[in-house]
Amino acid sequence: MNISIEREAKGEKLYLVAVEGEIDVFTAPELKKGLLPLTEVEDGELILDLNETKYMDSTALGVIVAALKSAVKHNCRFSVIGMTPRIKRLFEITGLMDLLTRAQISGGSAND
Amino acid sequence: MGTMEEEPQLAAYRDLLAHYVAQSSEPNMEECEQLSEYLHEHGVSPDDLVELHLDALKQIVINPDRVILRSIDFLIKMMSGYGRDYREHQALKNRQKLLDTEIDVAAEVQKALLEGKVPSCSFADIGAVSVPAKKMSGDYYRIVNDGKRLAVTIADIVGKGIPAAMCMSMIKYAMDSLPENKSGAPSAILSSLNRVVERNVDPSMFITMFYSVYDPETHIFSNSSAGHEPGFYYSARENRFVDLEARGLSLGLTPESKYREWARKIWPGDMIFLLTDGVTEIRKDHDFIERKQIVEIIRKSMHLPASRLVRHVMYELKKMQKCSFTDDFTFIAMKF
Repeated sequence: MNISIEREAKGEKLYLVAVEGEIDVFTAPELKKGLLPLTEVEDGELILDLNETKYMDSTALGVIVAALKSAVKHNCRFSVIGMTPRIKRLFEITGLMDLLTRAQISGGSAND
Repeated sequence: MGTMEEEPQLAAYRDLLAHYVAQSSEPNMEECEQLSEYLHEHGVSPDDLVELHLDALKQIVINPDRVILRSIDFLIKMMSGYGRDYREHQALKNRQKLLDTEIDVAAEVQKALLEGKVPSCSFADIGAVSVPAKKMSGDYYRIVNDGKRLAVTIADIVGKGIPAAMCMSMIKYAMDSLPENKSGAPSAILSSLNRVVERNVDPSMFITMFYSVYDPETHIFSNSSAGHEPGFYYSARENRFVDLEARGLSLGLTPESKYREWARKIWPGDMIFLLTDGVTEIRKDHDFIERKQIVEIIRKSMHLPASRLVRHVMYELKKMQKCSFTDDFTFIAMKF
């Protein structure tokens, strides 16, 4: 039930957050705490790396949704990398993929 | 601890201790364990126990060694932190019991509120089953037959436990009070509900919902989906299962979501299956039940009446998941 969140500043307003371990009801608040402030960086860019994420439950999905909404609101470009096919399918079915694409575009157009 | 309670404890402890120190052979462990258990049950904390030991020692030994007595006194002082922890633990245990009772009551209220009823229907045989993973469910279904049309809804709150259950109750209320509920198209209903959810729930919550309507006169089954796991359509003529195609944003993701509507003609013998299958449980290194496995299970039981069919499918799926669901599970079958 442990996660380690690696936060790396890749540029002035570009952050990469890599999550290692399991995101569940116990660890999701930690992810929320690490992720949300970075989505509030106006015109910023945030990449969430799930390559080393062993397990995610619906609470984790909720955190990503909250981050996505906040990113759209703050014109912050937000993307998720390292999704397994199952997570990807889930993102597609629930419409999160559309929202994710929107978050990338909205941030992008502001930067252009 | 009152003197009345202390006395028998001290006597029992003293006698056993006296017996123990006098014996050179192996002590009677069973008796020791019994007394330990008894003291534990009667709320004797670790520091109380050392004090009990000191009192018993004073009664057994006529002229006890002063250094030993002082050292036990010292031990009592050192144990005070452990005693505090113990008492805190007891208080937490009591609080937990109280919370459990409250959750039980809340679960009963929710059950009464959300109890899905399967109405009788002259043109379709319908069965539904819904089991929460824990005490409270984030799943919801609703089947309404007003004689002119059959409306079937299935939904899953993405989230768990009490917050999800509270949100589900809100959705039920919203659905009951929507003006378009009686005659509205699935797409319009989902759009309205989306606005309610978007305004009223926490940003980290969202709901997936499948809304369908069947018109027994035209035999048209129309549906819209807000990010819900697709159900299955069984064509009797072709003897094959296909996914009930539907796409749309989950409720609560954005304020103005629009929903597409799909329609298909239903023939005698056709069947529709809707589900919430713990779709939100994402595992990376474990195998999941594939949709085609679910179809295989349905095939084996589709000759049964709908109410038995849904129970059989649930039973088989439960068996595959070692007799427990990690997520709420709801399954609806409609046989035309």
